[in-house]
Amino acid sequence: MLGWFKKKLKIGKKEEKKEEPVVPEIVQEETPVPEKKEEKIPAVEQKASIEKIKPVKPGSILHEDVGSLFNRLREKLGKTRSSFVSRVDELFMGKKKIDPELLDDLEEILITADLGVGTTQELIDAAREKVNRKELSDPQALKKVLKEKISDFLHSSDQPAELVMPDEGPFVIMVVGVNGVGKTTTIGKMAHKFVTSGQSVLLVAGDTFRAAAVDQLKIWGERIGVDVLSQQSGADPSAVVFDAMDHAGKKDVDVVIVDTAGRLHTKVNLMEELKKIKRVMSKKIKGAPHEIMLVIDSTTGQNGISQAKLFNEAVGITGLTLTKLDGTAKGGIVVNICREINIPIRFIGIGEQMNDLRDFDADEFTEALFAENSR
Amino acid sequence: MFENLSDRLHKVFKDLRGHGKLTDKNIQDALREVRMALLEADVNFKVVKEFVAAIGAKAVGREVKESLSPGQQVVKIVHDELISLLGGSTAGLELKGKTPAIIMMVGLQGSGKTTTCGKLAKLLKKQGRRPYLVPADVYRPAAIEQLHVLGRSIDVPVHPSQSDQDPVTICKNAVMVAANSDYDTLLIDTAGRLHIDEKLMGELGNIKAAVNPDEILFVADAMTGQDAVTVADKFNQDLAISGVVLSKMEGDARGGAALSIAKVAQRPIKFIGTGEDLDALEVFHPDRMASRILGMGDVLTLIEKAEEVVDKKQADKLAKKIRKSTFTLEDFLDQIQQIKKMGSLEQIMGMIPGLNRMKQMKDIPKPDEKELGKVEAIIRSMTSDERRKYQMINAGRRQRIAKGSGTTVQDVNKVIKSYSDMLKMMKKMKGKMGGGPGPALGGKKRRKKPKGLFR
Repeated sequence: MLGWFKKKLKIGKKEEKKEEPVVPEIVQEETPVPEKKEEKIPAVEQKASIEKIKPVKPGSILHEDVGSLFNRLREKLGKTRSSFVSRVDELFMGKKKIDPELLDDLEEILITADLGVGTTQELIDAAREKVNRKELSDPQALKKVLKEKISDFLHSSDQPAELVMPDEGPFVIMVVGVNGVGKTTTIGKMAHKFVTSGQSVLLVAGDTFRAAAVDQLKIWGERIGVDVLSQQSGADPSAVVFDAMDHAGKKDVDVVIVDTAGRLHTKVNLMEELKKIKRVMSKKIKGAPHEIMLVIDSTTGQNGISQAKLFNEAVGITGLTLTKLDGTAKGGIVVNICREINIPIRFIGIGEQMNDLRDFDADEFTEALFAENSR
Repeated sequence: MFENLSDRLHKVFKDLRGHGKLTDKNIQDALREVRMALLEADVNFKVVKEFVAAIGAKAVGREVKESLSPGQQVVKIVHDELISLLGGSTAGLELKGKTPAIIMMVGLQGSGKTTTCGKLAKLLKKQGRRPYLVPADVYRPAAIEQLHVLGRSIDVPVHPSQSDQDPVTICKNAVMVAANSDYDTLLIDTAGRLHIDEKLMGELGNIKAAVNPDEILFVADAMTGQDAVTVADKFNQDLAISGVVLSKMEGDARGGAALSIAKVAQRPIKFIGTGEDLDALEVFHPDRMASRILGMGDVLTLIEKAEEVVDKKQADKLAKKIRKSTFTLEDFLDQIQQIKKMGSLEQIMGMIPGLNRMKQMKDIPKPDEKELGKVEAIIRSMTSDERRKYQMINAGRRQRIAKGSGTTVQDVNKVIKSYSDMLKMMKKMKGKMGGGPGPALGGKKRRKKPKGLFR
């Protein structure tokens, strides 16, 4: 259930059969949290401890496959969103041929999912051409073609990045994004994931700017039972990170997650600050940060591309998390982002509870793009 | 990334010569571009569809004015229509009537409600009101603490809510407290929630029923995409919002969501948030927003910014100095600082129409703020004599200045060179304009003021 991170944390690259990702990994999250004591069996040499834990995990976190994200969402939202009728299926019902009207409707579905005009146009044009060349006449086949194409965009960036699990020292994750996308919440949920799989986690309160951001992270830390390293608000975030790296090295933690203040990607000086934080990390721990995660709000429109581009230019993003997918927004902007820059999507956030972080599944996501949210 | 609408239309009408009427055909071409521009700006699909249809009806058959190209004509129609959709004129808060007046903030998670609360409190305080902040977000960790911190920083009292209390009770209590003290404006910060979360939406309804707020402000992120319509519609239906605050406008989002929300909720956008500073709350200007959605730059804001920074007296003094050729390196430094005060150079460039696109072009060297800092350091490392008479700066002095400012002699040379170039230019300018109606210029030809500089 740790998905990609789990893989990263596996020491050897053994048995990485993961070609087509994650489908079975969506698990009902009611799983009992392994008692926190477990992580306190300390001092085992890190590699060993991870390996020890790993075999336990797949069993203990039972694949009580209570179905897909849909079911879970449906469950969560109750009557408000009782049925996911595929808009596309509805559209195709009773149609024997692909006519311009059908293509127009498809265009609407894609654009309203925030896929953007460019990407939509490309998809529709490709379909139209095929229809014209008589390669495609069956609406059902058209649907399949579209879905495949979108999945392609998503998969193309899904290649797992080079595994850079450090030989020694912690795995460092730096979380960045614009204001209010859910960075701190995501960090809380991510930490929970790591803890449940038996890793020891240190949270670093790098958001020293926003009022009470440090407290927010601390409360998360208490909830999950992990340490939060912080300084007073207003401190230099780089200094906080510097100390944290020291601390992490001494205490032999497995995973360090660094929160940063939300910042708009257009603010040059704040982006410089981010670069500095990154530099400080790599100075203290070789190869850190091993993951730089950009958090994107699924309600974001075309500005998401600009966000991804500028953050990527500044610090080099290695993964995306799409939050707030439990609303009516489809988050189609990530298709666009994946098309423009190859960044894999790691997680999706579907609620405010600590269990509400899921591994991203391209196929399921594509299916959801076409789904109607009927109230 | 995005082209602005006028350029796109320019392409469409390139072949169209003469000033005939706008025909059906070229209108259709133009409308396609309008549609694309709006969709790229995140205006909702359905809203765009209606909007474009309405424009089409207006544009067909209209005479092309002599002064405008057909492209410009269409832009003008679109622009005017956008403004009227966005609410025509600016709208403020309506807090007359009972005391204490109550303002309630609602919206999705992370849209900026708490920050906006702080900003609004500061603004109200400046206007002479006595605001009272009421944190009613009992769900998000440390949300109450966040408002307390903001309250402290602007010296506005905050209601002592606890996260184990019921939000409705909190609000009722706060109203009572306010009635017994002399607070005249309550600002209720509610928790962010999804519009489809019936339970939490119900809670908002209960708060509304309990305290009967004068204003319910829906806070929306300017970067929101197509979903803005769904969200705004639901909040409006459940709560009958009285206005909208658009947050995070200082970014590079086109903000088409503004149009979607205005259209679907039929409520005015009252404020925009333009930064993390508690002063960064501005009144909403429909015309500027329209330009922004169309990607046409924002000259007005730029001018306002410049006016804010450049002090009139100082400018006069400077003009005098230029006339007398006593523009020293010290003044040069002042100039640089003024430019810096206006914000990042890139931001400024972004506001100039046309430059918008150039910024996107990678190979154009970006104005380097570090470079400006260097110049500053160099001038600061000079003695005051040197600043007044740059000619005295010889090789030795240059070396000293370079050392003092942590730069190289070449850098120092560059600064002095550009300064002396500037002096030369000023002398030329003075020769042209300062010398009165010289015969060379032929009578009383006045220098034309740049457009838009006076309103």
